[in-house]
Amino acid sequence: MNFRYLPMTEEDQKEMLQFLGISSVDELFADIPDEIKLNRRLQIPEALSEPEAVKYFSRLAKKNVNSDDYIYFLGAGIYDHYIPSTVNHVISRSEFYTAYTPYQPEISQGELQAIFEFQTMICELTGMDAANSSMYDGPTALAEAANLACGVTRKKKVVISKAVHPQSRAILQVNANGQGYDVVEVDIKNGLTDLEALDQAVDQDTAAVIVQYPNFLGSIEDLAAIEKIAHKHKGLFVVSSNPLSLGVLKPPGEFAADIVVGEAQPFGIPMQFGGPSCGYFAVRNKYMRKIPGRIVGQTTDEDGKRGFVLTLQAREQHIRREKATSNICSNQALNALAASVAMTALGKRGVQEVAIQNIQKAHYAKQAINQLEGYEVVFDAPTFNEFVIKAPKPVSEINSALLKRGIVGGYDLGRDYKELSQHILLAVTEARTKEEIDLLVQGLGEI
Amino acid sequence: MIKQKEKALIFEMSRPGRAAYDLPDCDVPETKLEELIPSHLIRQTPAELPEVSELDLMRHYTELSNRNHGIDSGFYPLGSCTMKYNPKINEDVARYPGFAKIHPYQSEETVQGALEVLYNLQTELAEITGMDEVTLQPAAGAQGEWSALMMIRAYHESRGENRTKVIVPDSAHGTNPASAAVAGLDTITIPSDEHGLVDVEELKKAVGPDTAALMLTNPNTLGLFEEHIVEIAKVVHEAGGLLYYDGANANAILGITRPGDMGFDVVHLNLHKTFTGPHGGGGPGAGPVGVKKILAPFLPRPQVVKVGDHFKLNHDIPQSIGRVKAFFGNFGILLRAFVYIRSNGPDGLLKVSQDAVLNANYMMRKLQPYFDLPYDRVCKHEFVLSGRRQKKLGVRTLDIAKRLLDFGFHPPTIYFPLIVEECMMIEPTETESKETLDAFINTMIQIAKEAEESPEIVLEAPHDTVVSRLDEVSAARKPILRYTPNHEASANPSNKETVKA
Repeated sequence: MNFRYLPMTEEDQKEMLQFLGISSVDELFADIPDEIKLNRRLQIPEALSEPEAVKYFSRLAKKNVNSDDYIYFLGAGIYDHYIPSTVNHVISRSEFYTAYTPYQPEISQGELQAIFEFQTMICELTGMDAANSSMYDGPTALAEAANLACGVTRKKKVVISKAVHPQSRAILQVNANGQGYDVVEVDIKNGLTDLEALDQAVDQDTAAVIVQYPNFLGSIEDLAAIEKIAHKHKGLFVVSSNPLSLGVLKPPGEFAADIVVGEAQPFGIPMQFGGPSCGYFAVRNKYMRKIPGRIVGQTTDEDGKRGFVLTLQAREQHIRREKATSNICSNQALNALAASVAMTALGKRGVQEVAIQNIQKAHYAKQAINQLEGYEVVFDAPTFNEFVIKAPKPVSEINSALLKRGIVGGYDLGRDYKELSQHILLAVTEARTKEEIDLLVQGLGEI
Repeated sequence: MIKQKEKALIFEMSRPGRAAYDLPDCDVPETKLEELIPSHLIRQTPAELPEVSELDLMRHYTELSNRNHGIDSGFYPLGSCTMKYNPKINEDVARYPGFAKIHPYQSEETVQGALEVLYNLQTELAEITGMDEVTLQPAAGAQGEWSALMMIRAYHESRGENRTKVIVPDSAHGTNPASAAVAGLDTITIPSDEHGLVDVEELKKAVGPDTAALMLTNPNTLGLFEEHIVEIAKVVHEAGGLLYYDGANANAILGITRPGDMGFDVVHLNLHKTFTGPHGGGGPGAGPVGVKKILAPFLPRPQVVKVGDHFKLNHDIPQSIGRVKAFFGNFGILLRAFVYIRSNGPDGLLKVSQDAVLNANYMMRKLQPYFDLPYDRVCKHEFVLSGRRQKKLGVRTLDIAKRLLDFGFHPPTIYFPLIVEECMMIEPTETESKETLDAFINTMIQIAKEAEESPEIVLEAPHDTVVSRLDEVSAARKPILRYTPNHEASANPSNKETVKA
């Protein structure tokens, strides 16, 4: 057995021990009290050689149904999209993936510039002034937005629509418990945030109003109407948005949103069981110095040449410690890079074309399923690439039957919404062909 | 490798009409966009994303990569970050379709392989840390800290106790007090003693009926093992508090000692550090949290469990603090760490820590004659030097760090921990050969000599990088956080394009 990651030879070890004037490595651990030493081998499986590991993990991987072999109509926050081949080639360059946070800008200009470009692309898509280098994921970015809003307004209530992703709301609740603010959830009406209920929920104590665009049920919220309510009592207007949809939808920045967050997974990031993905966080200039996480800024070197550095670090935990705006230290740099490459590959026209194909294909599927007996499209709100259907049977039964036909069906909304049992959230992206959609429709019809 | 001084931004390379993607034509009957989306919700001004060809794209990012230093580029002794080699098989496995192309909401029976990975990783990390249960949800060390503190809070609250104070030593990572604040807890900082260790007498004064927890890194950020840990644990436990282990430095103890055996109740690990994540230029990481039985009722939902031969998700954790991260945490990183653990086995992991500690001690003693060594005792996987001797000559630690760049080395962590003047925190890791260590040692000795004989060489460094020292003050004072095109061309509104269906 070779430990191929460990270069120290017996000869090396001998020389080093000799230099240190000791006879055994154990002497270097003499400061650890005997009573807490393990003094036995770790009870974990024996080492696998590289070929054995390849076999073992290939076998495990094959136990999972995956989108190479099955047709996916499952979304609900993570989507099966076209990923240009360039993405994997760029993020496989080890100068990127084996580096850490660019603390030494002179030898990290590549990473810093890539992040600066990412920040710019996020600003362009969302219509906002400034963005950070990325967040753990969309839901944690949303919670950080609420934390920020409570911090700057010094108010203790956050109003969030029930049409926001259930996991985002769950994570928000834990944050609220930690920081000591209240979360008020607003009901849904016809697939959209109930504006009357929202209006009633928002008051002087409201730090933020949070909605999702398109929302968790696939419907496109009317941000113009919501903005009026959100700003009525000087709270912040926070929008969580699928950035791909912003190829076609008017960006939240044009609706006077104060903070826009979301999940960049639709751009170049594989589903990989939900993570790692890439949250983004964008604000109006006014809140630039309150953003959590790392931010890259442009500057000049001693010769006046353009260069990039981590900036506004006075906000951060390693400087401010207990007074920091957030405890966030790492970001999702490699996934932000993947997203940047995908956004670059698509470019100005591609992001529109992909977004439009999502709308068209989802619309085609929606119309076709609506004509099936027993199925019904329940909301008439406009949609992007997801929509809700009412099914004649329990969702688990339908999905089991679809799986036998090589199809991974939609999300069972009854898991989160009592009133939506036997309702399915279906996602139809540009990656689905007409033939595949027709197979789904046929399958649903025959179940 | 050609390194231009200034590299064009991707936006500056953009030319209308170029593209680096190719989609099939839309094959479903199309409906006019205006019939599907209300006009006031349709975008009128397209996002100015770059328009480049595929080769332009590859050259751009290849050039950027050439302006970046990774572990594969050269030695990276960044203390507390454990910049060890990132095995390539980890990257391959993470890209298998059965792992990369699976959806988190698939039914349990269609992802048994993925759940098996998670379950086994939970189990093996519990053994490695000496804990009873492990959650894999936290996305990074800082999120692990926060999750653990929320569990500690819930534990005390469940016992009807109001404990709000978290004690941290002054050598602690900045995330510790920041995480405490985000968890709604207050921080008490206690000074280290003259040996760089927790001052047990100060700790005794700080603990009380309001103590929620002590957060400790062991070995600490000075690279020193807290040899009074058993007594420390007793002091905290007797006061009714819990012990939190910051696992950033776990690379020193694998198979040698375990936080659970030291008396810790909860531990987070940074899988991107000790378990070869990789670091990704700043993330994604993964920060699993292990707990003793007393904290298990408060673990985030869901946990992966094994029922017979079947792996399932258990959402039924009534006292759970809730959910801290979407889905199952950073699965792709968890998977890489699991491949690493399986590739090493018990003997490999033990040798990892032995070699890491031997390398660090070797370097420390080789450099000791040339730099101040504030804590002269055996170190673990890392050690700190002080540049105060060089500072008297007008050369600061920052200058030494910049001079190292000229030799192709990434500098150590500098100015941390805060309690050491002109601090350099050096962590060689176990994956570096003796020749690399010697080359770095010789370079440091050379720089020490330069500081005495020709300090301007050090003060003007780096000499050989694509940019020289950057103006960080202006960057923070007048922040430019995004590219803004020259507006002359687009000032005329009639040039504005609209989104077409």
